[in-house]
Amino acid sequence: MRKFGVVLLHSYLSRLKSKSFMITTALFLLFIIAVGNLDFIMNLFDGDGSADQVAVIDETEDIYPWLSEQIEQGEHTFELVDFEGTVEQAEADILSGEYVGVLSLQADDQDYFIANYHTDQLINQSVQNQLDNYLQQYKIALATNEAGIDQEVIESIYQPIVFETVAIETADGRTARSEEEIGVARGLVYVMLFVLYFAVLTYGNMIAMDIANEKSSRVMEILISSSPPISQMFAKIAGIALLGLTQIGLFFVVGYYMIERVQDELVGGFFEVFGFSEIAVSTYVYAVVFFLLGYLLYATLSAMLGSLVSRMEDVNQLMMPVILLIVVAFMLSMFGINMPEASVVTVTSYIPFFTPLVMFLRVGLLEVPAWEVALSIGILIFTILLLAYIGAKVYRGGVLMYGKGSSLKDFKRALQLAKKDK
Amino acid sequence: MSLHIENVTKRYGKFTAVDQLSLDIPEGQIFGFLGSNGAGKTTTFRMILGLIDATEGKITWEGEPINYQRTDQIGYLPEERGLYPKLKVKDQIIYLGRLRGMDKKEVLTELNKWLERFNITDYLEKKVEELSKGNQQKIQFISAVIHKPKLLILDEPFTGLDPVNVELLKNAVVELKEQGTTIVFSSHQMGTVEELCEYLCIMQYGKPIVYGGLKEIKRSFGKKNLFIHADFDLSFLKTIDGVDNQKLTPEGCILQIKNEDVSQAILEQLHQKGFVRKFALEEPSLNDIFIEKVGESYA
Repeated sequence: MRKFGVVLLHSYLSRLKSKSFMITTALFLLFIIAVGNLDFIMNLFDGDGSADQVAVIDETEDIYPWLSEQIEQGEHTFELVDFEGTVEQAEADILSGEYVGVLSLQADDQDYFIANYHTDQLINQSVQNQLDNYLQQYKIALATNEAGIDQEVIESIYQPIVFETVAIETADGRTARSEEEIGVARGLVYVMLFVLYFAVLTYGNMIAMDIANEKSSRVMEILISSSPPISQMFAKIAGIALLGLTQIGLFFVVGYYMIERVQDELVGGFFEVFGFSEIAVSTYVYAVVFFLLGYLLYATLSAMLGSLVSRMEDVNQLMMPVILLIVVAFMLSMFGINMPEASVVTVTSYIPFFTPLVMFLRVGLLEVPAWEVALSIGILIFTILLLAYIGAKVYRGGVLMYGKGSSLKDFKRALQLAKKDK
Repeated sequence: MSLHIENVTKRYGKFTAVDQLSLDIPEGQIFGFLGSNGAGKTTTFRMILGLIDATEGKITWEGEPINYQRTDQIGYLPEERGLYPKLKVKDQIIYLGRLRGMDKKEVLTELNKWLERFNITDYLEKKVEELSKGNQQKIQFISAVIHKPKLLILDEPFTGLDPVNVELLKNAVVELKEQGTTIVFSSHQMGTVEELCEYLCIMQYGKPIVYGGLKEIKRSFGKKNLFIHADFDLSFLKTIDGVDNQKLTPEGCILQIKNEDVSQAILEQLHQKGFVRKFALEEPSLNDIFIEKVGESYA
């Protein structure tokens, strides 16, 4: 047990102190801080004071005052200027960069008025779209006014209808999940998906790399002559898990601080979609359980595969199946997040490699009977134990095996080397 | 008590790496393992350490098989360098020492002693990959003995070292032996084995073809070397009964003879021919024995 601690601490600290780890973590933290200050950064680029100007040549004389009032009231990246002159003159000014475009308005008998917008920037559609919107409103106002319809009537026509979904209570007093609850759960599922996906890819790879490194530098032979390979394998898995918790923990703390700081602005934005306040405690518990089990499953798999290669270059090749598995799990859950009741989701939630993501998604979004959850966790734990058992055997033999291969044949050879045929 | 290897066989599929090997390695002695490449030396070491299991037979040390409860008393220097290339010498030895049940302070005291002894004190904070191969080998040696093992297994410890460093390491090995450590080592350098080992074993195809005390091995080999320096042509000596081999040298020749008595017959013949400046009868070297025995089984 003492040696378990020594190996654990070593794999934790040697990674923690490595430059690559520090740089990656620092970059991630910078990214989080940047996202948290996105508004500020965007303002930095836009805030050169002078807004884009759009020249307006208004022959109707009525529209410009109304339009410029609308533009001033709303928050826009451009402003309007009354232009005295011809369209050709304005176009010359556009080319010299004074205006982004010119809007000419002419009265028309049939359509009240005709608008023409001339610009040299066809890629950026936002100015013309916004102008188009306002002019449409103006036309509706004109037309309804002419037809003698009151402004208030118009407003009530455009008022959204009241449409509410009511969940029916079942006999035992439970209701289906309310929309808010599902939205909230969906948010948590998203977070969980990304975190687990990231964790498996990053830390699984780290474990395999560490083991392959010890093998290629042949230090492994000394290591396994001083403490049992199985305890080493799990010490490594635990050490890297600790490292992962440190890293993810750091991200969460910084992320939480950022959210806290700008919370006022975010109310109704972020928190409406990812509102964490209303989630049932059980969902949090499931999140932790599935995360840990998921990590353990993929970590054991990675450790086993890592012990089969003898050169660092082969690690990526052998990690492919693991990455494929987690990608499939990820895609399944991305699909399932919108259709959690699809039978493919139900079936795959029992397949251990997909359980951590897919079953968690079902638990979060649906009312899943407790026995189903228990069954899937049971299968998951059983698979982890099985993998740990096989992994430990392969590890024991694999670490003494040197060669370029990375195939099923090696897998068999490793098992043979480890076999206690007394 | 000693290290006891009893009828040990190791098969990988159809290939037999070690075949019915039985050895007794006495306590507090240096035991030499010789053999051509692929003779099963490393496999035997791995079985002694418990890294792999024997297909048949058993290995005991002080009456019990070696398991992870006792690894703290065993030191191992593998054939190939086995160190973390990116780790500093200090961190490296601390980690490996702690894995052998030491604490950090003990490791540092011992490490400093060894570094001083090997004249490499300024490498303490250096990464292993920055050191030369010979210096890496010294660090490797330190990692094997830092915890003062009672049983030390050295797989080709002297390869890649210059003569000065070989001497340095040899002295360290002898000193450890005097402190009571049982040492098993393999080598291709016959001279070193001859110098260090009281007991040895030459392996071929997984079987011991020569095994026992150095003196008995030489005596039972029977053949002797006869060094002759003379002013006249010596090639006629080849035809004498009992001469197995003749190697001409600039000053004379070296004869391999079946037994001591043959030398006297030769002496008589030389006596009549002329002036003889050197006539010396010597024990065969281990090198001769190795070439003879291993070469024999190749044929």
